[in-house]
Amino acid sequence: MARSDVQLMLDVKAGDEASFDFLLQKYRSPLVNFLNRMVRDTATAEDLAQEVFLRVYRARKQYTPSAKFTTWLFRIATNLALNSVRDNRHRRMAVSLDAPAAGEDSAPMELPAPQMRIDEHMIERDRVEIIRRAIWSLPEKQRAAVLLHKYEEMDYMEIAGILDCSEGALKSLLFRAYETLRVQLAPLVTQPVAQRGEEGRPS
Amino acid sequence: MKSCEDISKGLIAYLDQRANPVERRDVEQHLAGCPACRTRAQEFRALWKVMEEVPAVEPSFGFDARLRQRVAAEPSHSWFGWFAPQARLVLSAAMLVALTVWVAKLPQSNPANPSPVAVSPSTDQDFDAIKDLGVLENYDVLTKFDALSESSTTSSPQPDEAQPNEPSSND
Repeated sequence: MARSDVQLMLDVKAGDEASFDFLLQKYRSPLVNFLNRMVRDTATAEDLAQEVFLRVYRARKQYTPSAKFTTWLFRIATNLALNSVRDNRHRRMAVSLDAPAAGEDSAPMELPAPQMRIDEHMIERDRVEIIRRAIWSLPEKQRAAVLLHKYEEMDYMEIAGILDCSEGALKSLLFRAYETLRVQLAPLVTQPVAQRGEEGRPS
Repeated sequence: MKSCEDISKGLIAYLDQRANPVERRDVEQHLAGCPACRTRAQEFRALWKVMEEVPAVEPSFGFDARLRQRVAAEPSHSWFGWFAPQARLVLSAAMLVALTVWVAKLPQSNPANPSPVAVSPSTDQDFDAIKDLGVLENYDVLTKFDALSESSTTSSPQPDEAQPNEPSSND
């Protein structure tokens, strides 16, 4: 019979290194994916995922199964990702403050020109990249909620536990996030499915 | 019928089929009479399909090996934790406190008058205190008592003071 995550973690606590390896195999891909979508950088996402697993390993002796293992795991991951995003933002702000005056004329590196409509932008960019950017442009907590809901398919109680909010607050958060995405990605969302394959992906 | 805003909390849960019965009933009633929310609901479903176009990424080839290396470098025994920086700090602080307490409890010597002459009266007083104790009436015990022999050699007391008052009472 397959052992539950909690049992695996209790076995790690008892000194069974193989159980830790099992948890690593099971959760490294979901974690790296989640973190990659949170921080939008594969190398940083991998570093953060490593840090998550290390923290789990270091905390093994104090582990008590008070919540689902995935709630604990993704809570660590979310906190690390949010810290990383904030640190990066501060670093970028510091760079832009230190930049020479000539740099003031140039548009921010990651954002499309404001006068460019999203359907025009699609001509130049891959639609996947546009979707990624739209998700990434959400406020951090909304982004985490959407990623956990849509891609990790977690239930509301678990996501609320990870984000440390009530289920009601989470549902409002998710509605606002999806409403923003619906508006931002309207050209993709309202485009008939039949046309997507031919027009949506520039060769 | 509830307003668009009122059902917004339950709309996502309704669409992903995780709404509770009350939420489901409220949303269904609202959608039946609100074309704008019906359109929104359809577009939410379409949005979720669009979001599935974003492919998943796989961890790099060396991910596991790198992590195992880092895990192997972690201290594996609890006693090893004593050598961790935090534990070292706590240990150092505890030792410092213990040292302070020990130094504070040491008998205070008088550096202004350190000569051996000053020791002599206090030794005599100690002897006076000892000789009055009942247990010292046992002469055998008394003769083997180190403090007396030290006292007699170091302070050269008077002969009548060196002998207990009634040494032979138990003989």
